[in-house]
Amino acid sequence: MTLFGMPLLGKLTIDAIPLDQPIPLAAGAAVVVILLAIIGWIVFAGHLPYLWKEWITSVDHKRIGIMYTILGLVMLLRGFSDVMLMRSQQAFAYQAPGFLPPEHYDQIFSAHGTIMIFFGAMPFIIGIMNFVLPLQLGVRDVAFPTLNSVGFWLTASGALLVNMSLVIGEFARTGWLPYPPLSELTYSPGVGVDYYLWALLISGVGTLMAGINLTTTILKMRAPGMSYLRMPIFTWTALAGNLLITAAFPILTATLIMLTLDRYLGFHFFTDEKGGNSMMFMNLVWAWGHPEVYILALPAYGIFSEVISTFSGKPLFGYRSMVVATMAIFVLAFMVWLHHFFTMGAGGDVNGVFGIMSMIIAVPTGVKVFDWMLTMYGGRVRLTVPMLWSICFIVTFVVGGATGVLLAVPPADFALHNSMFLVAHFHNVIVSSSLFAAFAGYSYWFPKAFGFRLVESWGRAAVYLATAGLVGVFGPMYILGLLGMTRRMQHYDVASWHPWVLAASFGVLILIASIVCQVTQLVVSIRHRDELRDETGDPWDGRSLEWATSSPPPVYNFAVLPDVHGEEAYWAVKSRALEQHRLREEPHYEAIEIPLNSPTGFVCAFFSTVVGFAMIWHIWWMAIVGLFGAFATFVVFAWRDRVEYEVSAEEVAKLDRENRASRSNTLAVSRRKVAA
Amino acid sequence: MTDTASDDPSRHSDTAPGAEFGEEDVGEGFRAYVMGLALASLLTVASFITVKFHFVYAPAIPVALFTFAIAQMGVHLVFFLHITTGPDNINNSMALAFGVLIVFLLMGGSLWIMSHLNGNMQLMNPYMQMHEMHMQQASPDQPDQQLMPPLPPDRQPAGKAPQP
Repeated sequence: MTLFGMPLLGKLTIDAIPLDQPIPLAAGAAVVVILLAIIGWIVFAGHLPYLWKEWITSVDHKRIGIMYTILGLVMLLRGFSDVMLMRSQQAFAYQAPGFLPPEHYDQIFSAHGTIMIFFGAMPFIIGIMNFVLPLQLGVRDVAFPTLNSVGFWLTASGALLVNMSLVIGEFARTGWLPYPPLSELTYSPGVGVDYYLWALLISGVGTLMAGINLTTTILKMRAPGMSYLRMPIFTWTALAGNLLITAAFPILTATLIMLTLDRYLGFHFFTDEKGGNSMMFMNLVWAWGHPEVYILALPAYGIFSEVISTFSGKPLFGYRSMVVATMAIFVLAFMVWLHHFFTMGAGGDVNGVFGIMSMIIAVPTGVKVFDWMLTMYGGRVRLTVPMLWSICFIVTFVVGGATGVLLAVPPADFALHNSMFLVAHFHNVIVSSSLFAAFAGYSYWFPKAFGFRLVESWGRAAVYLATAGLVGVFGPMYILGLLGMTRRMQHYDVASWHPWVLAASFGVLILIASIVCQVTQLVVSIRHRDELRDETGDPWDGRSLEWATSSPPPVYNFAVLPDVHGEEAYWAVKSRALEQHRLREEPHYEAIEIPLNSPTGFVCAFFSTVVGFAMIWHIWWMAIVGLFGAFATFVVFAWRDRVEYEVSAEEVAKLDRENRASRSNTLAVSRRKVAA
Repeated sequence: MTDTASDDPSRHSDTAPGAEFGEEDVGEGFRAYVMGLALASLLTVASFITVKFHFVYAPAIPVALFTFAIAQMGVHLVFFLHITTGPDNINNSMALAFGVLIVFLLMGGSLWIMSHLNGNMQLMNPYMQMHEMHMQQASPDQPDQQLMPPLPPDRQPAGKAPQP
């Protein structure tokens, strides 16, 4: 079938489905069956209207934050399945071909990196920021609620495209950053790189929207009295992270657009002929790539700061030094990108400057480590699950940081670049900072989101196993790197590597056990939610404003906007209540206006997925339809008549009085305890 | 702007970007735009005159143009983008300063890195020599793609390359 002389389905034929390759076919089929089963269950059990009204079309920052987090969790599992494949392939591939052919193995490590960074860690961290920031700032929502929903759904659209490549066609074989000339049409004629490009172009727009939205929220929408230096430290780190998103993601999008033009329209930005320069791609992509590291790490540091301060029962040590260190890292993040390609040949002058800048960035990070330790020092430390994640983070992260400083020395990097040592380094820092922080934040704010705590015992097991797994996987990899093993090897013949490869694969088993513990923890906690109920909204004896409202918070977050008179706004309120043996006077309640839910985000993302899929397979008519649909959605949204609805003063009062009653009960109990 | 319930300007000490001119001071805003337009036009005309009529010492013309360009940016920022030093404008000035810093870091850094890379990677002598030998053997119109792809213009052996 053709349309104006072009095939109706572009390059898409039945050959795109890997019927001849059992492993991807089975994996893809399993995913499709599970998805269909879940969708079927939702539809037939009658949950679809609820899901549509309360979640899919929701513009409530808490709901969107939770959906981001769920997306992150699912994609982390998806990325981890790649880990299991890669580690077992290398375990079997000593003097043998293993069970994965090279062209499939290449797709797996590319998909692993892409999924973990863009669709695992990023949504997880953005989700936590989305959920927590307005609560910590003492406001009702983010600056642009509908944009928030659009941003989330575009990210989900990118994740969907990447996972589609499992069943229809193939994924990139170029590594998680598609370096030209390998990623150019000459050497990668298939659709793999196109899947990568369109998934990241679409989700990159979503991430940029989230960054702009959260930056605006922090700069423009703080509670009355909350000056910059009264903001909780997580808000500061989130501000730095979102400013980095705003400044860095356009670079990635522009670079990928250039590569797309190379591949689709015969441009020569990065080709090795006709004036193109592939080195420019490495330069641009790492000008985004290094800030990206801090987009993931800075909010993570903020989570640890909150957790450590809360569970040490002390204000954060050196709050101002922490702010300065955060902002210093934020600026330095844009001055070190060349250390990702020391060996490309820029020469001693350039390498020297960037090497020194990279080492300097360890200084503010060191300040943070000392601040955390001194916060614990002399505090009454409670070893809860979030706190355990934080402590395990400090220990493992310092090792990863030290190997990073080693790699920042250009001559050392010439020996170690592209080796397993490098792989061990960046996994060590990213897993222990972003991932441990995500899990710490997950268990710390879970009661705030759902109204009940997570079971401690399974959580503790998960922390210990994850830390052991981290050491078990990446410890041997450091040694492998020093023994000369390069990254991304499909098979190898060196006898001295074999035991360490097996050890790393064994480490993966420990990580599997940790994941099982996490899942069990969630299931057990949901089953026993009534015993774990958080009645007051302040289960951890918290210090910042998110604990001042009920758990889960009402849709408007705060019945009346809090007045902030100093650092640790909620701690001050709580101390006064304890001193005076009573809560504050009941405030005067007023009606609250809430933005209406909107399917704009979901519909826009649907059409974006259509555009992405059509462009990947060169189905031009479908791309035009998709673009038109997305634009029409925007127009419909722009011409909407009603933008918000009102929650009446009586309803606000009713909900807030319930929360006040349980808080004053707790107050009375604590008084009796003190008296006894 | 009515997207949220809590962006009521009276609730915050500063106003949202782009909200500088309320209904009551339309006249003042209009005057500022006219003044900005006049200044911008003046600077543009001055640039052309400098080039056309040789009022200044010829080698100084680039410097003069540079100065006019910077002034032009200033006019745009003050009159059209409303960047001021007022206390309600700190966010905007900070955002501008940050943007300028990042642009300079990235552009300056990229130019520096790429010039060094280009300089150093010119010295791929074995490749160059092989390529030259190959080019002598093969027909220049149809080089054998599989053996040796043609070199891009900026990688041509020194002397032949059109330097930017």
